[in-house]
Amino acid sequence: MFRRLDAPVVQAAGRTVRVIVDGVALDCREGDSVAAALFAAGVQACRDTAVSGAARGPFCMMGVCYDCLVRIDGRPNQQACMTPVRDGMTVQRQLGAREVAV
Amino acid sequence: MGNASTPSQLPTFDVAVVGGGLVGSAVAYGLRGSVNSIAVLDEGDVALRASRGNFGLVWLQSKGYGMGAYSRWTLGSVRLWPQLAAQLLAETGIDVALEQKGGLTPLMGDYEIEARLAWVNKLMSQPGVEPYEWKLLDHHQAASLVPGLGPDVTGAIWTPHDGIVNPLKLLRAFHIAFSQSDVRYLPHHGVTTITQLPDGDFVLDTPKGRVRARKIVLAAGLRNGELGRMVGTHLPMAPQRGQILVLERTRRLLDTPMVTLRQNDEGSWLVGDSQEDAGYADHVTTLPILATLADRAVRTLPALREVRAVRAWSALRVRAQDGFPVYEQSASHPGAFLVTCHSGVTLAATHAMTLAPMIAAGALAPELDTFSTRRFHVQKT
Repeated sequence: MFRRLDAPVVQAAGRTVRVIVDGVALDCREGDSVAAALFAAGVQACRDTAVSGAARGPFCMMGVCYDCLVRIDGRPNQQACMTPVRDGMTVQRQLGAREVAV
Repeated sequence: MGNASTPSQLPTFDVAVVGGGLVGSAVAYGLRGSVNSIAVLDEGDVALRASRGNFGLVWLQSKGYGMGAYSRWTLGSVRLWPQLAAQLLAETGIDVALEQKGGLTPLMGDYEIEARLAWVNKLMSQPGVEPYEWKLLDHHQAASLVPGLGPDVTGAIWTPHDGIVNPLKLLRAFHIAFSQSDVRYLPHHGVTTITQLPDGDFVLDTPKGRVRARKIVLAAGLRNGELGRMVGTHLPMAPQRGQILVLERTRRLLDTPMVTLRQNDEGSWLVGDSQEDAGYADHVTTLPILATLADRAVRTLPALREVRAVRAWSALRVRAQDGFPVYEQSASHPGAFLVTCHSGVTLAATHAMTLAPMIAAGALAPELDTFSTRRFHVQKT
């Protein structure tokens, strides 16, 4: 559904960054947000909602809708659209509401 | 504008409830069955809406200090609540998420424990209070109810009667019930003038036209002082601002709500119970208050340090000058009833099941005499 705009300039500028999405290596570009990288890789749904468990994916891409919450490096409820990719980053689907460790 | 029509041509109802928040809605809900035609006159989206800003406790233990009858009245409502919740579910399909598993007032340090203990003992010894079970718990007893309770909480007052509900679902359930049972909900009908006709009926002026009713119930929150004057009552109002901090949804952790901290049925957390005199400024939150709320929340439950705040808001508690409810039928304008309180959630059950039948019958029971505005008219010696 989503694809990158293959402007050569953009292509040339981007260094490749490798993140791990639910255990699978995914190459993306430096400067991508996690949400953009997921879209480019064809991942539409990145979480299941806290109340009904329905699948959700990034929607607003600007930090306000909170529909793109994922676990990043073990931290729950991180906004994928507001987090730039980093080499070695682990991203996991957020399943339902986050836990609180007591 | 329908102001040109004569009173005989106006839409006429047996009862017009002025106010579509939780108090007016509970009364209107309870009037169905004994009254044929009911209208609920409400303001628009922009209004002082305690019903959309509150904490949603169904709470007994802090009520009635200074007026024993208020404690008893609250206990009655707490007992009726399961019936209201069941009825709303059956009628509307909305589960208002009532939980009455007991609740806590967390206390930090000897000073707070001693002060609260003296306060509760005094409250319980007042005339008019129906005794109920309560206990001072030590840290370990409280921690058995609240996993992860912080060491700063050295004690807590517990009663089995306290609980929570989802207040937004409650308001919605009432309004769904209205649409299913011919209660006319009239938004943008903020009442500007009240006139009683020679035959006893009332005419209410609103920006959307006039409405005529045989009886009226003033449940307009902080506007009840002003509206009450139009039916010859003197009700001094004193709004009190509360700020609430909302934390993101988590898996269920807290089954025993506290007066300052609760987890909602859908997982989010509310941190609250600030009390300020800020006039009518319900559109701002302030950092010192929110910081204090957050600090107390993480001392109560240190695991919340990792949980993010997602929202904050202010709302105004609907308070008469002395903080107690007001129930009265106007002496100069019979048929006009005043209903004012700040615990519209806790008292919803008794408003629907006890108060509404009295209003339908045309007279408040003597047990409600204590709550009349006459208490504000004590002559100075």
